[in-house]
Amino acid sequence: MKKRIISLVLAIALVFAMSACTGSKPQSDPQVTPGEAAEGGEITVGLYNDLDASLDPHMSSSSAATREILFNIFEGLVKPDSKGNLVPAIASSYTVNDTADVYTFKLREGVKFHDGREVTANDVVWSLSRAAGLLGGDTLVADVAHIASVESVDGDIVVTLSKPDTEFLAHATVAIIPEGHDPLSSVIGTGPYKFVSRVVQDNIVLEKNADYWGEPAHLDKVTLKIIEDPETLVMSLRSGALDMAVRLDASQIGTLDNMNILEGSSNIVQALYLNNAVKPFDDVRVRQALCYAIDKHMVIDLASDGHGTLLGSSMFPAFGKYFMPELTDYYEPSVEKAKELLAQAGYPNGFEFSIMVPASMQSHVDVAQVIVELLRPVGITAKIDQVEWATWYSDAYQGRKFEATVIGMDAHGVAASDLLARFVSTSPKNFINFNSPAYDAAYAAATSTTDDAEQTKYFKECETILTEEAANVYIQDGASFVAMAKDLGGFEFYPLYVLDLSKIYKTK
Amino acid sequence: MKQYLKNRNFRSGLLITGIMIVIILIGLLWTPYDPNAMDGSAKMQGPSFAHLFGTDNFGRDIFSRVVQGAGATFLIAAATVAIGLAVGLLIGGLTGYYGGWLDEVLMRVTDSILAFPSILLALVLIAILGKGKYNIIIALGLLFIPSFARIVRTEVAKQKNTDYVRNAKLMGAGGMRILFIHIMPNIVPVLLSSVAIGFNNAVLSEASMSYLGMGVQPPDPSLGRLLSEAQGYLFSAPWYALFTGLAIILLILGFGLLSEGMGGE
Repeated sequence: MKKRIISLVLAIALVFAMSACTGSKPQSDPQVTPGEAAEGGEITVGLYNDLDASLDPHMSSSSAATREILFNIFEGLVKPDSKGNLVPAIASSYTVNDTADVYTFKLREGVKFHDGREVTANDVVWSLSRAAGLLGGDTLVADVAHIASVESVDGDIVVTLSKPDTEFLAHATVAIIPEGHDPLSSVIGTGPYKFVSRVVQDNIVLEKNADYWGEPAHLDKVTLKIIEDPETLVMSLRSGALDMAVRLDASQIGTLDNMNILEGSSNIVQALYLNNAVKPFDDVRVRQALCYAIDKHMVIDLASDGHGTLLGSSMFPAFGKYFMPELTDYYEPSVEKAKELLAQAGYPNGFEFSIMVPASMQSHVDVAQVIVELLRPVGITAKIDQVEWATWYSDAYQGRKFEATVIGMDAHGVAASDLLARFVSTSPKNFINFNSPAYDAAYAAATSTTDDAEQTKYFKECETILTEEAANVYIQDGASFVAMAKDLGGFEFYPLYVLDLSKIYKTK
Repeated sequence: MKQYLKNRNFRSGLLITGIMIVIILIGLLWTPYDPNAMDGSAKMQGPSFAHLFGTDNFGRDIFSRVVQGAGATFLIAAATVAIGLAVGLLIGGLTGYYGGWLDEVLMRVTDSILAFPSILLALVLIAILGKGKYNIIIALGLLFIPSFARIVRTEVAKQKNTDYVRNAKLMGAGGMRILFIHIMPNIVPVLLSSVAIGFNNAVLSEASMSYLGMGVQPPDPSLGRLLSEAQGYLFSAPWYALFTGLAIILLILGFGLLSEGMGGE
């Protein structure tokens, strides 16, 4: 026994000695001076999560983490650039008719699949039909469910919609794959990188597509290494085992003085989403009380060291003209006002509710913890219920069985409708059961007009209604940091959840 | 008690456990800071006089959290052992004393429960019962029944054939009276050390369950919960995991020494 105690004491002493070594952490210089691009080379990029089991680009249930990598392998008729514009890709140009229900795309010549075959109009027709569910299967990509028919006319592709949609182009990014090809058997696209191999839960290897129609990738080979433990990922960056990682949070970058750190935003609407159909959140006064009680400045100070962009509605700054900064501070934080509203709603002594959070998403768990604290002075007792991601998805998102949840919503495309469509009362994605006739009317007006200024006006009206009705307690578009080895350059932030590897280069 | 006090292991175990219990009791009434109160101006600070164990990523005082967390863990462990012991005594006593088909059935049931890894079984139970402090107690309590039942059964079976039991029978004492009035006091020493071991296992089980996110829910602290939170800051705030780990070690060390002192002299 004595020996055991001694070895225990020694072990404790050792831990103390090791902890003393870490010491202070100088903040790294955020200034990045990219050198001149050199062609070739290979890098290893760290990823938190393995990609989905299926790399089918048409799978609608694919996670954002999967879509962000597939962006490099697959392309649609058009693709988004880092400014949020849609640039022609497999199509070289397009025309829209006046009623915005027939889109005609001209096929770019000389675009080749990764297996060397040239892309034909038939491939495009087949791919779009497959995604829209016109081949007899399910609709795989919900964003293009309103395609009525796709035809090839004199080599051009004519897409007819069942209802006018001025924002269809944002969804014409649906991946084009070879006709009749089963994406589960092999991964073949047209993007700047080719898929080479994959070891589940370990790594994915991509290789430069030398036959790329546009500006080819700079690097010859990119290895994506899956490291699920955030602390190990940071250690690997420090040791140089990884050249790069994206979506780091403020607490992780402090020790990375061997890397260049870039700060961007994660392009999500992080909020305390409230189930508008359950008591007490069916009362707008209760929802507004929460908005007054939860001081979002405090939330980001405590949960993310002050990094992050505060939001007031379901829209983030990357969407440019649609973003309304004036909504951010619509509810001036005030405990008194919150209490007053609660009393009016019949809850003078507050109430209890639970916040469902996916346990693996630390940033959401952290924000939930701060919210619990901020609600205490108002008399509201919030409890956190951590669940597995799969449980969250089936119970909260699909089953709508929750009271409140902290989560981030991202946009599939660069259209305002990507963020706003889900709050239409009949939308299958309306997991918070938001129900406002005024909103439905404004949204319908926005999607039926073809005039851009008018459409922007209606979308802004939608955003304002979400804020006024306090549909959710909007928090922030979280800060997202990128760590890159000092000899790398070319990283570009996108307004979407995308990691564009083709622009990255090694400096000379 | 006196005979135990001569044992050095027992004395040191008593001292450590005593100190821990006193700290936990004080923690129920008072902690230097509100364990859940956040302070943006004091985030991730190392140990200092203001914050003995430093602060976490929300500026919460880790000392206050460890003290309250140790309390939560202690409560869960104690309640778990209490359930296991109470039901275990009943089952073990009856099967050990009466034997027969009841013994066969109950022992095969405990065999099958023991055949599963306990954490896995606890996870299954939590999936059925739901998460939270009290469900953890029920789940772990159920899992602790078989081991207590087995120990009690063996001891009771041993005592059954001793002279004092035969004498009691001859004097006309009933089965229940013999079992609980005559036999039980004689197996207490063995039980005490297994209670101490059981308590240690319960502390570790709570820690692992809360670490996996199944037990105590944030922001409330428990030692396992704290360890899970500390894991993300192993390198940037090593004091977090260190002091939490130390609290677990001390709790277990104290009870471990107690059971050593009582059992193997």
